[in-house]
Amino acid sequence: MRSSRSLRRLAPIALLAIALALAACSDPQTTVDPKSDFADDIQFVYLLTFWLGMAVFIGILALTIGLAFWYRERPGRVAKQIHGNTRLEIVWTLIPVVLVVVMAVPTWQVIADSSKPAPDDALRVNAIGRQWWFEFQYDLDNDGEYDDLITANELHIPAGRPVTFSLLADDVIHSFWVPQLAGKVDMVPGHVNDLWFTPHEDAARAEAYLGQCAEFCGTAHANMRFRVFVDTPEGFDAWVANEQADGAEPADELAQLGQELFLTPVWTLPGGGGGILGCTGCHTVAGAPGAVGKIGPNLTHVGSRSTIAAGILDTNFENLVAWISNPDREKPGADYNDDTARFMPAFETVLTREQIEAIAVYLLGLQ
Amino acid sequence: MATVAGTMAAPTAEGVVWSWLTTVDHKRIGVLYGVSAFIFFLIGGVEALLIRAQLAVPNGGVIDPELYNQLFTMHALTMIFLAVMPLGAAFFNFMIPLMIGARDVAFPRLNALSYWIFLAGGLVLTSSFFLGGAPDTGWFAYAPISGGTYSGSGMDYYVIGLLILGLSSLAAALNFAVTIINMRAPGLTMMRMPIFVWMTLIVAFLLILALPVLTVALVQLLFDRQFTTSFFLPSGGGDPILWQHLFWIFGHPEVYILILPAMGIVSEVLPTFSRKPLFGYAAMVFAGVAIGFLGWAVWSHHMFTTGLGAVPRVVFATSTMIIGVPTGIKIFNWLSTMWGGSIRFTTAMYFSVSFIALFTIGGISGVMHASPPVDQQQQDTYFIVAHLHYVLVGGAIVGIFSGLYYWWPKMTGRFLSETLGKWNFWLMFIGLNMTFFPMHFLGVAGMPRRIYTYDEGLGWEFWNMFASVGALILAVGVLVFVINVARTMRQPKTAGDNPWDGSTLEWATSSPPPEHDFDAIPEVRARDPLWYDRDHGLSQPEGDPDEHIHMPPPSYYPLILALGVLMLGVGPLSHLAVTALGVPVIIYAIWGWVLEPTE
Repeated sequence: MRSSRSLRRLAPIALLAIALALAACSDPQTTVDPKSDFADDIQFVYLLTFWLGMAVFIGILALTIGLAFWYRERPGRVAKQIHGNTRLEIVWTLIPVVLVVVMAVPTWQVIADSSKPAPDDALRVNAIGRQWWFEFQYDLDNDGEYDDLITANELHIPAGRPVTFSLLADDVIHSFWVPQLAGKVDMVPGHVNDLWFTPHEDAARAEAYLGQCAEFCGTAHANMRFRVFVDTPEGFDAWVANEQADGAEPADELAQLGQELFLTPVWTLPGGGGGILGCTGCHTVAGAPGAVGKIGPNLTHVGSRSTIAAGILDTNFENLVAWISNPDREKPGADYNDDTARFMPAFETVLTREQIEAIAVYLLGLQ
Repeated sequence: MATVAGTMAAPTAEGVVWSWLTTVDHKRIGVLYGVSAFIFFLIGGVEALLIRAQLAVPNGGVIDPELYNQLFTMHALTMIFLAVMPLGAAFFNFMIPLMIGARDVAFPRLNALSYWIFLAGGLVLTSSFFLGGAPDTGWFAYAPISGGTYSGSGMDYYVIGLLILGLSSLAAALNFAVTIINMRAPGLTMMRMPIFVWMTLIVAFLLILALPVLTVALVQLLFDRQFTTSFFLPSGGGDPILWQHLFWIFGHPEVYILILPAMGIVSEVLPTFSRKPLFGYAAMVFAGVAIGFLGWAVWSHHMFTTGLGAVPRVVFATSTMIIGVPTGIKIFNWLSTMWGGSIRFTTAMYFSVSFIALFTIGGISGVMHASPPVDQQQQDTYFIVAHLHYVLVGGAIVGIFSGLYYWWPKMTGRFLSETLGKWNFWLMFIGLNMTFFPMHFLGVAGMPRRIYTYDEGLGWEFWNMFASVGALILAVGVLVFVINVARTMRQPKTAGDNPWDGSTLEWATSSPPPEHDFDAIPEVRARDPLWYDRDHGLSQPEGDPDEHIHMPPPSYYPLILALGVLMLGVGPLSHLAVTALGVPVIIYAIWGWVLEPTE
């Protein structure tokens, strides 16, 4: 019984593989640890199709190995010349039909549920995909204007309250995906796609839920990430209050210098070969005079965000200095073409290291 | 014989090079397809190995993102259009006339033209690496990133290359549809045709219907890029979703174009080595036809996350799941073919039996993301990468290797080494499962596709390294095949007419077959004709040595016409003067083609 011995040897490997697969549940970007009602619905169909698929696979694998082993060439064996068996063939046509019905009905149900309009009390957010970051615009007072709070790459939403997203893009197609909270929906230029879900009451935690662009969008697609913080209702209100305040005034002289540099509208390139726009050409800091750029992320409270550069660098002094000095070195593609001012130039070409450090100190103070 | 003004006399088959360049023999064209496609398969494999090297560890630094994006785009284009499709075409070319008892295809010169145009398209596409960068927006080239604003000249090579390749496939598809319908030997009715012939016929119709859609879309994309027509650009009133519909109306039937030939091969190998007829022949034919039809009704399952309404999601989810039914019928019929048999485990049989299990894995994961909610968690993750590679490597490539081992003695008269063959099989089998199975886990852990880098701490490190090691083992398996081929070419031609005791007509002639395939046109009295003859003490007709067998002479014109088509294509990529020069070349080639004497 050679085969059964080798099967027994394979068993621990198979168990190990399954154990490691299940360990995936503790992976931070896992797709199988739902924390919202919509993700729960998906999980139900996911597990249904998974177990049906496993049953079919194990059956077919067993038949393949069993038949191959049992009917292998042996002395005296003559192949039976059979052409078919109508009754059997009808049976194995009907089995997949039944399986399809079992999978299709709950699928239709989840599609119908997730296609209903969001409840009226839902929190309304515009999520805009751009090469290569996300902008989030909140309509907190329900007036149809998404102007109450603008932030980038980090969302805060309250636990237990429905949140509905209008998904937009203004360059190429991106996709909005936070696996634990919802299945992905694409952000398509010229279209408005809707997505809504209700995070579980107990989903609030200090740690972020990880999200990532899930439609190929160019050079830095791999580095287009975002984070979702599910807060307690009180925590969310406190976050909103802080975000709606103007940007903090510089706390010391270095930050003061940083602010002045930040607010400088244009920098002349060394050698006089033209100039590049300063920070305010693209970025807003509410309350800072002239800092009203709309092209790049809103930086009013950038110091309070856990990451910069669309989720790829922790917010700290060194990373800010490195990023301002040469964004492309940190995130290839960040200044990939020169046809627009959409991409962030390397400021080390016009600023000294000390000047860049001063700007970093100022930005860190924007809590 | 006299030649008409301005045409050349038919080439005489002297120099080896010219005899291959001007051949219209379906077997030689099959070899040309096979060798070219296998070289492209190796190139596509190197692209894949570079991708796996970059992803082996988090924050890998082997290649930069620009090159990475070119590599994953070109890996798909190379494997789909330059390897798997033409490897299928190699089998169509070599085997179909033999399997239907014909002496060539219906249009031998058109057949040569298909090959030379294929080679031209493949060279255009691949040369982009050295001429300003390869296409880098994914093989699906979604608008607007494939437009002029967001992507470079590589996309022009993509458009031109695929337009040229489409022409080649269209010509070949028409040729094979006409050949199969019209040139079968006496007695070979449709319902007696080998399943491989049936699958080829279905593929031919899928190509004829699918390629025009792609061609229209590509021309629109070309105009968007060159003349800002804005078919797909929202800034000019176009719609990027329109491109997705057009691309996938082509793209999903394309999946069946890739897999049906392998299913056909497996349906020949399993009965031969089980020594019994295929179980449920009629069901196999109708299941194949049903897959061909349903393949047209499922394209939007590639678009479940784009914001389709609830009704289309319900409809396309259901139609996609229903495709599982005919596929299931095929799997059960293959299994039942082994049931009650006396199975000889040759290398070809190893590949075919493993095909059943591997293809089933890809089929089951496919049914999982037929459900749009589930797809919203799996779309564009490594779960899909796992799925499609189980279908295309575990399915199509494994089927093709089975066919290579099965028909090699017929094609060359020589056996491939069974010992090396088993090494080939086990290394590929272990390698592909190590590479692609963990990708399910990576997808479940949330790893998106088409990312050139990832951070540590996401739980993706172990399986990525594991998959990269697997890819190396898979590559060694392919290398063993190359060694096996190199070795076999020095072996004596010992195969004989019918070394495996096959039942179909190709085994009725010598190995390798003579240029005219059959000394006498075979007679078919039943399905599995050679087994019927064997069991009833009958034999195939003997040839008459005095008979003059009319075979088409070699011709320069397919090569010249393909050159003209290449010049048409190179124009938009270099200088339009090249296109202008191509026009007289094409006119001359058609002139000579039409008036060329056929004796």
